[in-house]
Amino acid sequence: MTVIVLKTEHLNKVYSLGSLFRRVKIHALDDVNLEVMSDQPVIISLVGESGSGKTTLAKVLLRVVQPNSGGAIVYDRVVAGNGALVDRSAFLKTVQPIFQNPFEAFSSYRPVDAYLETTAMRINGFSRAESVEMVREALSAVGLKYADVHGKYPNQFSGGELQRVSVARALIPRPKIIIADEPVSMIDASMRMNVVNLFLSLKNDYKTSFLYITHDLATAYYISDYVAVMYRGCIVEFGLAKDVLASPLHPYTRLLLDSIPSVRVKWDRSRYAHSDLETKEFQFVGCKFYNRCPLAQEVCAHQRPPAVLKENGRNVYCHFA
Amino acid sequence: MKINLRLKIGVTLLAIFLLGSLILPFFTDVNPTAQGTYFKSLPMSWKHPLGTNSLGQDIFWVIVFAVRNSLLLGVSVSLIVNLISITLGLTAGYSGGWVDRLIMTLCDSFITIPTLPILIILASLIKGSASFLTIGLILVAFGWAWGARTTRSMALSLREREFIHMARFSGMGHFEVIFKEIFPYVYTYGIVGFINTILYAINTEASLAVIGLSNLSVPTLGSALYWALNYNALFTKQYTWILSPVIATVLLFLGLFLTSTGYNDLFAARRGRS
Amino acid sequence: MIRINNLVATYTTVRGTVTAVDQVNIEIPEGITLGIAGESGCGKTTLLKVLYGDVGFPLAIRGGAVEYGMVGDQNEEITTQNIQKYWFRRIAYIPQGSMSSLNPVVRIRSQFLDYLRTGGEQKRKLEEAREYVKSLGLPPEVLDAYPHQLSGGMRQRVMVAMASFLNPDIILADEPTTALDVVVQKGILLLLMDLQEKMKSTILFVSHDMGVHYQIAHKMFIMYAAKGLEYGNSEEVFSHPLHPYTRLLIDSLPAIGDTNLRRGVSGHPPSLWDTLVGCRFADRCPYATNECRTHEPILREVRPGHFAACHFSERFL
Repeated sequence: MTVIVLKTEHLNKVYSLGSLFRRVKIHALDDVNLEVMSDQPVIISLVGESGSGKTTLAKVLLRVVQPNSGGAIVYDRVVAGNGALVDRSAFLKTVQPIFQNPFEAFSSYRPVDAYLETTAMRINGFSRAESVEMVREALSAVGLKYADVHGKYPNQFSGGELQRVSVARALIPRPKIIIADEPVSMIDASMRMNVVNLFLSLKNDYKTSFLYITHDLATAYYISDYVAVMYRGCIVEFGLAKDVLASPLHPYTRLLLDSIPSVRVKWDRSRYAHSDLETKEFQFVGCKFYNRCPLAQEVCAHQRPPAVLKENGRNVYCHFA
Repeated sequence: MKINLRLKIGVTLLAIFLLGSLILPFFTDVNPTAQGTYFKSLPMSWKHPLGTNSLGQDIFWVIVFAVRNSLLLGVSVSLIVNLISITLGLTAGYSGGWVDRLIMTLCDSFITIPTLPILIILASLIKGSASFLTIGLILVAFGWAWGARTTRSMALSLREREFIHMARFSGMGHFEVIFKEIFPYVYTYGIVGFINTILYAINTEASLAVIGLSNLSVPTLGSALYWALNYNALFTKQYTWILSPVIATVLLFLGLFLTSTGYNDLFAARRGRS
Repeated sequence: MIRINNLVATYTTVRGTVTAVDQVNIEIPEGITLGIAGESGCGKTTLLKVLYGDVGFPLAIRGGAVEYGMVGDQNEEITTQNIQKYWFRRIAYIPQGSMSSLNPVVRIRSQFLDYLRTGGEQKRKLEEAREYVKSLGLPPEVLDAYPHQLSGGMRQRVMVAMASFLNPDIILADEPTTALDVVVQKGILLLLMDLQEKMKSTILFVSHDMGVHYQIAHKMFIMYAAKGLEYGNSEEVFSHPLHPYTRLLIDSLPAIGDTNLRRGVSGHPPSLWDTLVGCRFADRCPYATNECRTHEPILREVRPGHFAACHFSERFL
């Protein structure tokens, strides 16, 4: 049965920065439209550099932040906009988060498995004894032993292990989707694939969808079904992962792909456009990528590029793709 | 649990003072407030371990009762003050919005009120023999505001931390989050705040004694010092009289301070940090 | 030529003394970028700190020395003891959390001028700074801004500009791109590479990301649990690694277009508080034997210019 995994409609979020006299409006989310429908669990990667709006989008979906306008739906539940559901308990059973900084995600005053137990008791309503079993099972699903985790504090683990504990916690309510906000950026490069592979195995074994937010396309490549690329609050490209990554259509997606430090090919150093001051770029009326784009022309400065529909459900937001 | 040296010394000092001041009074029927019980200005001897002062009181027993009363006052004031300031501070910091503004306006009013002029006015109204309860209430009224502000700023900064979000996504309600997640961070400050408030209470009581607001017939560390100063104990070479409240205060404060920092170290070690 | 001779550096804490850099012995030629790689906690930041001369309690040098091969203003030899005088002029440091290295209440231009202690000709120096910043591709408004008005990547580029402004002989960069996204990272790395080619300085670049090293390092030094495991030209180290750990590090990185599923490195390094016998990597090494666990391999030259600390390096030739 095909359900709406994720859908946003004209999502807008504006922040106001600056001092008393010169306030600058930053559109962290600027008319964001996304739609993913599926009957299977999917992994959607939301990719972009810092300041792209991907974390803001995650916060809106997690209901930590309210959008200024527009709506969002996750697994047929309205999470933002008109008709947003109020039932917190139902929401927590549908959507769960994983945060970027594993050391910040746990209070240093509580043992880490306390969070897992609380989740099992509060959200699932289990008794304490049953919760311990649930916790044990969740930990083994992420490759950790209960005895190794029980009663320990966050600073007794490495970043990678803590992130896995986070994943275990998010798994306990058997949510339909787990939203992971840059889950591996703070882990050593050599350990990242451990956690990323975990997402894939959980999708297959537990039928959990993931919204994987990252700036690193390389890790996204291995596990994604869909990829959405964002720049300065706007979606610039969206489609099936294998299409977008194999033949990117938007110049920014190409820039992202080129920027991955690979161990195979040395970078082409001839063409590289640095970004300008962030606040300036956010103010652009037309395409936000205008001043860094090799294809940029006059129309790009004035007109916001529309979504150009390509085959296989691909969307590219460019005048010249 | 490896108890560090600091904590051991601090607790030992406090234990001496606490037990001494609470138990010893049962072993004597001396009335410390009465004057002229003994001969004046006797030197140290077995009967009077610290001698007697110009008021005819046994200095040792005055100090014992003084410590007891000061501690009682300090601890009870501190308990109430911290209860108020932590509750208000946490609520204000975590809730934000109009609740925060309301509480902080109240708090700021108390902070900006100049304590001394108000106390002088009160002194002239009450004139000398205020009961201990009144003094305690005054100390509480002027003492809660700072702690509330500090607690609030801690709660404010903690509110946005990721583990708070994680706690909420684990299904914890707001109050649970305040007490299980935020409070532990505030709690170590709270212990320090508790000790500091005791010090504040004892100190302020002594200052009140000097202006004549406190109940001078009841011996506290402050009033003992007051009497010694008033009778120029330093100039009349009655060193035990003037030095005994000073040394007792210093040792008491030392005990409190070492206990609080020693406990902080211990707790940090227990959480896996060294 | 910078020579690190049997360097031993320790930290003294309440729990005791831990050796963070244990007998590191390498020669670094001038004018190249040396990539120092390893997991968190392997000692690379400590090595950098010692090289910078930022040695003060609780960090101490317990053995060996660093020879910089440079002479100072009075033709005296520069050593760890006197290198502090030459900070920013001859040797510069780009710290890891550069976001927090900038004074938040002072504009960037004042912090830039902090580096120039000659004073007096402030205006001229400011113009030079502006020119320099522009030549690095930074928008000139950057100098007039406060740190919080700039994004993380922009701040880091400012740090690179400040560190390189006086054209120092040695630049030490401690994970400068770690907290940044890949696009900004590429910008900064290209910037460093351009600077290095123009100024011919020696750059020591610390990172846990082998992909970054592949792009910018001329020579590679791999560290593990306070020891040096491999050292050589980066071309050789990447194409024919002589130590199993290096191989694991390279293989753990994902690559687009790759069909094999990548596995991250499993387990973690031994605790430096334990007494360590034999090869420190033995527990995680797929080739470990009993000899490895009892006899510690020394960093030795297996091929000309290519050193490895493994008993079985010849097997990988």
